[in-house]
Amino acid sequence: MCLGIPGEVIEFLPDQPDLARVDVSGVRRVINVGLLSDDPPRPGEWVLIHVGFALSKIDENEAAAAMQFLEGIGQAYDDELAALQESRIE
Amino acid sequence: MRFVDEFRDAGKAHALSAKITALCEPGRQYKLMEVCGGHTHTIYKHGLEDYLPEQITLVHGPGCPVCVIPMGRVDDAIALAAEPDVIMTSFGDMMRVPGSRGSFFDAKARGTDIRMVYSPLDSLKIARKNPGKRIVFMAIGFETTAPSTAMTMLRAAAEGLANFSVFCNHVTIIPAIKAILDSPDLRLDGFLGPGHVSTVIGCRPYEFIARDYGKPVVVAGFEPLDILQSIYMLMLQLAQGRSEVENQYSRVVPWDGNVVALRAIGETMELRPYFEWRGLGFISHSALKVREQYAKFDAELLFSVPGVRVADPKACQCGEVLKGVLKPWECKVFGTACTPETPIGTCMVSPEGACAAYYNYGRLTRQRVREAIRP
Repeated sequence: MCLGIPGEVIEFLPDQPDLARVDVSGVRRVINVGLLSDDPPRPGEWVLIHVGFALSKIDENEAAAAMQFLEGIGQAYDDELAALQESRIE
Repeated sequence: MRFVDEFRDAGKAHALSAKITALCEPGRQYKLMEVCGGHTHTIYKHGLEDYLPEQITLVHGPGCPVCVIPMGRVDDAIALAAEPDVIMTSFGDMMRVPGSRGSFFDAKARGTDIRMVYSPLDSLKIARKNPGKRIVFMAIGFETTAPSTAMTMLRAAAEGLANFSVFCNHVTIIPAIKAILDSPDLRLDGFLGPGHVSTVIGCRPYEFIARDYGKPVVVAGFEPLDILQSIYMLMLQLAQGRSEVENQYSRVVPWDGNVVALRAIGETMELRPYFEWRGLGFISHSALKVREQYAKFDAELLFSVPGVRVADPKACQCGEVLKGVLKPWECKVFGTACTPETPIGTCMVSPEGACAAYYNYGRLTRQRVREAIRP
């Protein structure tokens, strides 16, 4: 729950501008990007995701570092990723 | 994905270590608190204490939101989940946290409908699909997760959903830091500020620590070199007699935070007069409740919540660990009666809790820790 997971924005959902499809470690899921409405991310940009919401924009370098941190955490990250895979907010 | 090595270069770590050592005044002991459980994790995973001179002690703070939920709130949530037609939804992190009569998992095993969700938006979806049921979201977390709960309530309001509510347990980090600063038990020299919380609140809320308490604060990233760099920045301030708020993690944390997120929290929630923290007791203005305008989403008003206060188990010294007064291995039950498999205290339940971080990196028993730290 506390973990910030990096995801790459793929596309926005056409009828719901607050929702975007992102790629997280090869898993594609829909997240809410409403908290970035002041400066929305574009497809190809990276965001840090907390419990289904993009909280900040990050660059690819930071995304790689965040991913390595998460992989080092082990079980907690596996659980979080599994939970994300189950998540269907759209 | 590339360039990760720049955060983990051993040569750079040793160079920083030498610079930090050079800043230590002879004969002075330094205590620096890392507020966030994520930082605690990096420190133990990478053995960062081995890079620091013995004069510097890292003290673990209260920044694990799962760890600070008191037993009474777990009991309240389980009572609420047992009400007719209720589906309780919760982050997985909360499922094993013990109340006085067991955890969410135990209640679920007894037949209570408690479901794990990844996001509060998943709870909203369950509500849409189950119009005959009353869906309650167990909201926990610092300012990192509070915006998600706020946005979800705004969404529920926009959709006119009548069967969704929030059992709000969001806590705020600043009053906890202030409580630690005011505690007579502990003298600290500076703070590593939390990373992700600061993406929301920014750096300004820490200014009172520098201004009123004369302690430096450096908001830090989560990579090993981030933490060493931040410790160096703290030590440099101390050596130069400065106390300021600095942002080492500016590649993620904007100085002013996330204004949209703060607005969403302010719209839907307000500060409680006081809230109980596990181990720390009651702290003024340290938690959020649902605002009156959103009362129809406030589970505390929709259901009768027992609100019974439950004392922490006597053997458990989570409070001292959360305040940084005790190291995890100094707790009487660490690694013996209290392990991640059979946790007594919350610090052992959450993977970001200080005790779990110690335990998971091989420091399994007090005896072994003593051996490991013996000079």
